[in-house]
Amino acid sequence: MTGWAKALFLRELRIAVRIGGSGVVGVLFFLAVVTVIPFGVGPDLNLLARIGPAFLWIGALLATLLGLDRLFQADREDGALDLILMSGRSLELVVLVKCLAHWMATGLPLVLAAPVLAIFLNLEPLAIGAVTLTLLVGTPALTLIGAIGASLTVTLRRGGLLMAVLVVPLAIPVLIFGVSSADAAIHDPVPFMTPFLIMCALSLIAAVVGPLASAVALRFAAD
Amino acid sequence: MFEGLSFSLEGGVALVVTGPNGVGKSSLLRTLAGLVALAEGHLTLSGGVDDHTPYEHAHYFGHQDAVKPALSVLENLVFWQDFSDAAVPHGFAGDGMSPHEALELLGIGHTARLPAAYLSAGQKRRLSLSRLLVTPRPIWLMDEPTSALDTASEQTLLDLMNGHLAKGGMIVTATHTPLALTPMRKLHLETAQAGEGEAV
Repeated sequence: MTGWAKALFLRELRIAVRIGGSGVVGVLFFLAVVTVIPFGVGPDLNLLARIGPAFLWIGALLATLLGLDRLFQADREDGALDLILMSGRSLELVVLVKCLAHWMATGLPLVLAAPVLAIFLNLEPLAIGAVTLTLLVGTPALTLIGAIGASLTVTLRRGGLLMAVLVVPLAIPVLIFGVSSADAAIHDPVPFMTPFLIMCALSLIAAVVGPLASAVALRFAAD
Repeated sequence: MFEGLSFSLEGGVALVVTGPNGVGKSSLLRTLAGLVALAEGHLTLSGGVDDHTPYEHAHYFGHQDAVKPALSVLENLVFWQDFSDAAVPHGFAGDGMSPHEALELLGIGHTARLPAAYLSAGQKRRLSLSRLLVTPRPIWLMDEPTSALDTASEQTLLDLMNGHLAKGGMIVTATHTPLALTPMRKLHLETAQAGEGEAV
């Protein structure tokens, strides 16, 4: 990693974990979403185990969306985005590094919290492992896709809600293959690797398309 | 936005842009900074560093301070030093200061370890100004550089700006307060009815 990318990465990480950052809030939201589900669904343990992976994924998706609207907006409001555009650094790489740091601060804690929350949903050890693995591979894609929405709504004062509406449809493929690979791990006849590899591919595609699209939107937003 | 606007500026000279509110002084600076695309016309820089666009030779010192309250003063400055690419073309003798030196020079050295959230408006402005000192770039685009600064720091700012000119740098500044810069040229912008912008 070159010097400037490291400096940007550390700055983003510091801002996220210090007071007012979005790091802890996402996990708390994830916890809140997942813990209310057993109360809503009722004490049917088999049902909970069956729908558990899906709810963990939906919780992770919502928690990821929660902090994403500030990804570029904070930098735009204080003028830092202007300076980033003038810095002479590749904007696509800047977006990628920002997404990576954002994922480390908000996505990775979700992945780490998932095994604990999975116990609340009566998941078996194998299912817990599968869900955690799919979240580890899939949440970066959610952040990268979300970056497109975040940069499109960067000029809007209350852009968070619009961003969620824009991003959720794009995130559906990741959700489908994330949940189906977790399900495949539990129900033997379906191979785990097929949906899992498709989801890995989606993450890789998002790593290319996300920064490119987002950089175009940010250049446009500078006017 | 502008019609019939044309000017050239050589190294070591300051251009002071004046005009009534809303005439487009800030827009002119943002255009020079590459933040607003040109509708027509062109902007060229001769003798610059290869592979760098004109705006990658420029520092933009605008109304916004780009200071992150969660980071310490030093962290804020060191980030911009590491992140921004320096541009030192032939004929520009600028060299980057160390972050500590820059903060001391601007009188906020004692706040280096404090979170930037504790700074006053003027101190934030000075922190933002220190960015121009740690990364050498020949063009300074300054929008109302003296706003929120006290008399003493205003003098420091003028000394810094004159020092930058002496090293062969260029300054384009939009201002309402007279600035004692030498050598200096003026560009007065008028609204369309009263005539187009003309360089004096």
